[in-house]
Amino acid sequence: MALKKPYLDIPGTTIFDADQARRGYWLNQFCMSLMKAENRARFKAAERAYLDEWPMTEAQKQAVLERDLNKAIATGGNIYFLAKIGATDGKSFQRMAASMTGMTETEYRDMMVSGGRSPDGNRVVGEDGTAQEHRQPQGSGEPGWEH
Amino acid sequence: MARVTASVYTSHVPAIGAALDGGKTEEPYWRPLFAGYERSRNWFSDQRPDVVFLVYNDHATAFSLDLVPTFAIGTGTEFEPADEGWGPRPVPKVAGHPELASHIAQSVIQDDFDLTLVNKMPVDHGLTVPLSLMCGQPSAWPCAVIPFAVNVVLYPAPSGRRCFELGRAIRRAIQSYDEPLDVQIWGTGGMSHQLQGPRAGLINQSWDNRFLDRLIDDPSGLSKVPHDEYVREAGSEGIELVMWLIARGAMADAAGGEKPSVIHRFYHVPASNTAVGHLILEEKTP
Repeated sequence: MALKKPYLDIPGTTIFDADQARRGYWLNQFCMSLMKAENRARFKAAERAYLDEWPMTEAQKQAVLERDLNKAIATGGNIYFLAKIGATDGKSFQRMAASMTGMTETEYRDMMVSGGRSPDGNRVVGEDGTAQEHRQPQGSGEPGWEH
Repeated sequence: MARVTASVYTSHVPAIGAALDGGKTEEPYWRPLFAGYERSRNWFSDQRPDVVFLVYNDHATAFSLDLVPTFAIGTGTEFEPADEGWGPRPVPKVAGHPELASHIAQSVIQDDFDLTLVNKMPVDHGLTVPLSLMCGQPSAWPCAVIPFAVNVVLYPAPSGRRCFELGRAIRRAIQSYDEPLDVQIWGTGGMSHQLQGPRAGLINQSWDNRFLDRLIDDPSGLSKVPHDEYVREAGSEGIELVMWLIARGAMADAAGGEKPSVIHRFYHVPASNTAVGHLILEEKTP
């Protein structure tokens, strides 16, 4: 019998469950490798070659090269692992968070200073809140970041 | 005998550590947040506990996907601050309390909670930011710390109910330790925040404050809140709040004793992507 997953109807949200972790195993392990300064240097020197050392899917590699965290999450990445990529690029967590919303860092920061994103309209898929699919992108930002 | 004297609850946002380490605490963005902890630092230095049992979560630092323990207790003599990718925080090493940690491990495992024992692991911002908030920037931490890591990264985290019951078992374990140690138990993480996807930046102030109310007055009822409510209402990373229930379960009233006194309560939005909540509960007759 299939497991119950009562979290699949939350908009703009991917829960890192056992299935996602299985899909994303090598992507996330690649990210862990960036905890070491020597690996960060090797990755920055030749990104594609470094990625090719890992048995990741092409979609996962492209997501990393484009710094597209939404694509990385869709292919099994988890944000705490993916954050090592942003750290390697010297980016703050807030910059990374902004990149997933379609907002610029300033737009995102302004939203947070104003009290953050309201849960209203963002609890269940099909409502009209800012995180719903039909409201993307939310600002004038691009996916990813300069690196 | 050892005794539990108080519990402390706080968010552990990495940007708070970066602001402290970078000397930014007086900047307008950060000043209100650090002001909310001034009273806490004074209280803590008056209390002088011998040991802090610090419940936190590792953020893909010590534990990769190679190994994901649900509950891991640090039984080692010391723990190094981790390099999380931006370089290690300039904070002291954490001195453990191997004797008490081993005693707690043996006791709660026999009480049906299957802990993983860890003698060597780096500790990340989840553990060091709460220490900085409560102790400031000393050259050595003022007491021993037992790191207690809970998996909240790979779904499912343990249930709130399981965490609350574990806290009760930890209290029994501490109280059966022969040395007369004063022990505080801290629950960290939360409050509402989401760091991923188009819903990143979610903050739910009314839910958070209701959580604080219930943590004080109805922790047993609160422990029955299911995972998907945390995620839906408080964001995907808001699920860290289950860890607060471990600390709350270790208070006397969860064992039929007196309700603790509320020493301090503070709430602030935002710290980077996160709502910051903080509470200190002190035992009336420890």
